[in-house]
Order: sequence, then structure tokens, then C-alpha cells
Amino acid sequence: MIEIKNISKSFNGRQVLDNVSGVFKKGETSLVIGASGTGKSVLLKCMLDLVRPEAGTTLYDGRDFYVGDEEDKKDIRREMGVLFQGGALFDSKTVHENVQFPLDMLTKMGEGEKKDRVEFCLQRVGLEGTGGRMPSEISGGMKKRVGIARAIVMNPKYLFCDEPNSGLDPLTSIKIDELIKEITDEFDITTVVITHDMNSVLSIGDKIMFLHKGKKLWEGNSQTIMGDTVPELEEFVFCNKALSLMRAGK
Amino acid sequence: MLSVIGRYLIFLGKLFTRRESLKVYWERFIDECIGIGVSSVFIVAIVAVFIGAVVCVQTRANLVSPVIPIYVVSNIVRDMTLLELSSTFMCVVLAGKVGSNIAGELGTMKITEQIDALEVMGINSASYLVLPKLLAAVFTFPLLAIISGFLGILGGYLAGTLSGIITPEDYIYGIRYSFIPFNVFISIIKAVVFGFLISTISAFQGYNTRGGALEVGQASTSAVTNSCIAVLIADYLLAELLT
Repeated sequence: MIEIKNISKSFNGRQVLDNVSGVFKKGETSLVIGASGTGKSVLLKCMLDLVRPEAGTTLYDGRDFYVGDEEDKKDIRREMGVLFQGGALFDSKTVHENVQFPLDMLTKMGEGEKKDRVEFCLQRVGLEGTGGRMPSEISGGMKKRVGIARAIVMNPKYLFCDEPNSGLDPLTSIKIDELIKEITDEFDITTVVITHDMNSVLSIGDKIMFLHKGKKLWEGNSQTIMGDTVPELEEFVFCNKALSLMRAGK
Repeated sequence: MLSVIGRYLIFLGKLFTRRESLKVYWERFIDECIGIGVSSVFIVAIVAVFIGAVVCVQTRANLVSPVIPIYVVSNIVRDMTLLELSSTFMCVVLAGKVGSNIAGELGTMKITEQIDALEVMGINSASYLVLPKLLAAVFTFPLLAIISGFLGILGGYLAGTLSGIITPEDYIYGIRYSFIPFNVFISIIKAVVFGFLISTISAFQGYNTRGGALEVGQASTSAVTNSCIAVLIADYLLAELLT
């Protein structure tokens, strides 16, 4: 379980996150949604301690991530897997080397064991046989899959996905969403997805947190989001024409 | 300006804390030696040969006094090559090639979140990415300076003897005349210092890139400019200290 408490962050006097709190439970796919510029990615970076908030804390199963030395932090980091927006694959390494990288750096596994683990992860994301290719030789959707494979290779307890559907066609987006959901259920991990894609919201949102101008305005799930009457949330949800027509009964 | 220097010093400190295993650095060091050193041999050789040749021709053209012996031409080629051309001039050229490459690589890694990916794994990205580049530059620049020095003198020999400016015997005599071995040491010391400055300044510029492709280009330009300025200032200070 991940708990964020009263996270606040500003850049150059502009408040980007204002007292945001929430709980992300184990075995659930939790979504943080909101329009562009509402602080979703900054919240994720605060949770990963890539950006240190001015106030508040993040607890990983009760362990304060901002307290303690680098070794304590490293222990928690080893339990994290992160899928970055663009995949963040290392350009100079092959797909196989990218996925194997955390094992090389953070474990003492033998070469054979590492190879098996990488092949299992690539197979799990549907990319068997592509290990020898370079990131520049694969499509955007494949890059995301490799990013997921790299994120799960260490058997993480916490999985973070930053805009996993950005730049993907609708069909590939759905497949990536399904993959994230399946992995969350299969490995019983705590998954936090940053998104503004309504397809994701409706299909994989076990729990949804809505941010608006740096504040948490609403919390619920994919069943309750359509019926809620928070004006900012309504505006966000029903700007989608299909959903708008559906609500109008057309 | 002071805050930039302060951040640069903090960045340098970060390279030596929370280091990874020696095996990791060794593999990356070898890769960087190839990328920084071996891949620069061609440009260093071309520049050294031609600059040596030009110095020989220009010196002869300006030494028209009958009281000055002809072997002084190669004497000047030797000292200029060893004291300045093989180290300072070569490093200004390398600031363009290696410096822009380091800044561009790290800047791109920064804006595509590859550096964030390393940090999230608990890896000290600055140390992992930059320390091998620094060590490779400090190791390979002196070797390049030795190659540059040799080829510069050879370039002068070829230009002088093939154009009839100086006989081979006079050239060799001038090369050996009143030779101070310490000058070779000065060249090596300079190359070590310049290698340190170019690699760390360029890495600092690249590592702190914010924004997109435009900013990566700006970081590369700043890396080359700042490295050149640092090399020239250090050159003056070393000249005062060592000669």
C-alpha cells in the first residue's frame, strides 16, 4: 500500500500541488487523472522522490520514503517499477539489455538466471523474440511494452505508469491498459497510473483520484465517475464526445 | 556565475559518492575510452600533421636572417608542438568533438527521462554516467597528446623536407638540439587537466539540461564554449606554474 499525505509543491511561486493526500491499495490499479498541467506528473515525481515536495510525505507500506539514508531508500526503490511516458529506454542498449539492466545493477543473479528472467518478462508483455533489437528499431507501443517488462523484471511491489497511452493508437492503448491491469492482478502489486485517457479510466480504474489545479477534487472508481456532479470532473469526463452523447441518451 | 561554479562543484562531489561496483565502471570505462579516445585519433592525427606542417613553413618564411641557423626551424616546430599544439590546440579541437558529444548524449538522456529511470532504480546517475567519461578523458587525452606531438613534428618534417625548406639532417639536428624532456611532461600534465575540464564541464551542461531538443543544442554549444574558455584559462595558469 502507498499512502501520500498532504503533498504540496510549487515551482517559482506557482503552486503545482496543494495538500494532496490519498491511499493506493495493494492489488488495485489506481488512476490519477486530470487535465494537462494539473500536477499529475509532478505528484508521481514526488512519490518517486525525483522531486522533493515542500510539505507532506509518501509512505510505502508504512515506510517514510523521505526519511532515512540512501541505503534505506535504495531498498524501497528496488521494490518499485516505473514505466515512463516515452519508455525511457536506454538508446545504446538492446531490448534484452534494457530489461536486464536492473538485474545487472541491483542483483547478484547468474547470467543464466538473468537471461531466463528477461525472457519471461518479454514473453509476458508479448515481445518474445525481439530482445536483439535496438529501441530505435521498434514502435512506440513496443517501447511501452519493453518499459513495462523492465519495470516488472525486479518483481516490484509498486508499479508506476506515467501516461502509458500517450502517443499510441486506440487499439494499442487498450492492449497496454489490459496488460497493466493483468500484471497488477497477476503479481498482486500496487499500481498507480497517471493518465488523462478516458478509455483507461473506464476500463482499468479500480480507484480514481481527480486532480484539478493541483488539488484533489474527487475520489472514486470507474463505476461512480459517470454519475458524479463535481463540475470540474464533469467537464473533464464529458468533453469526450462519445461519453457526452451517451449521457444525453443519444 | 558563482552559483554556477557552486553547482558545478556539487556536481563533481556527486560523481564520487554512492558509487557502483568497480566491474560496472570498468566496462563503461572501456566503452568510453573507445568513444572518447580511439574515435578521436583520426581528427587528432589530421590536425597535428597539418599544424606541424604549417608551423614549419611559416617559421621558415619568417626566419630570413642569415645569422640564424636553419635547424632553428625544427627547433621551433618541436617546442611549439610539445608546449602548445599537442595539448592546448588539440584539446580545443577535442572540446568541440568530445564536449559536444558528452553534452548532447547526457542532455538527450535527461529530456527523455533515461536519467530519471536510473535514479528511480537507486543508481547514482551522475556517477554511473559521468565518472567513466571523466576517467576515460583523463586517461586517453595524454595518449592523444603524445600521438599529436609525434605527428606534429612528423608533419613539420614532411612539409620541410618535401618542399626543400630544410634538409632531413638539419631537421633532425634541430629536433634533438637543446631538448628538454620536461616539456613532454608538461604536455601530458596539460592534457590530463584539460581532459578533466572538458569532460566534467560538458557533462555538467548536459546533465542539467531542461526542456527539449532546442535546449540540448544550447547545452552542447555552452559545453564547447565553456570548455574552451576553461582550457585557455587553465593553459595560462599551467604555463605560469610549470615553466
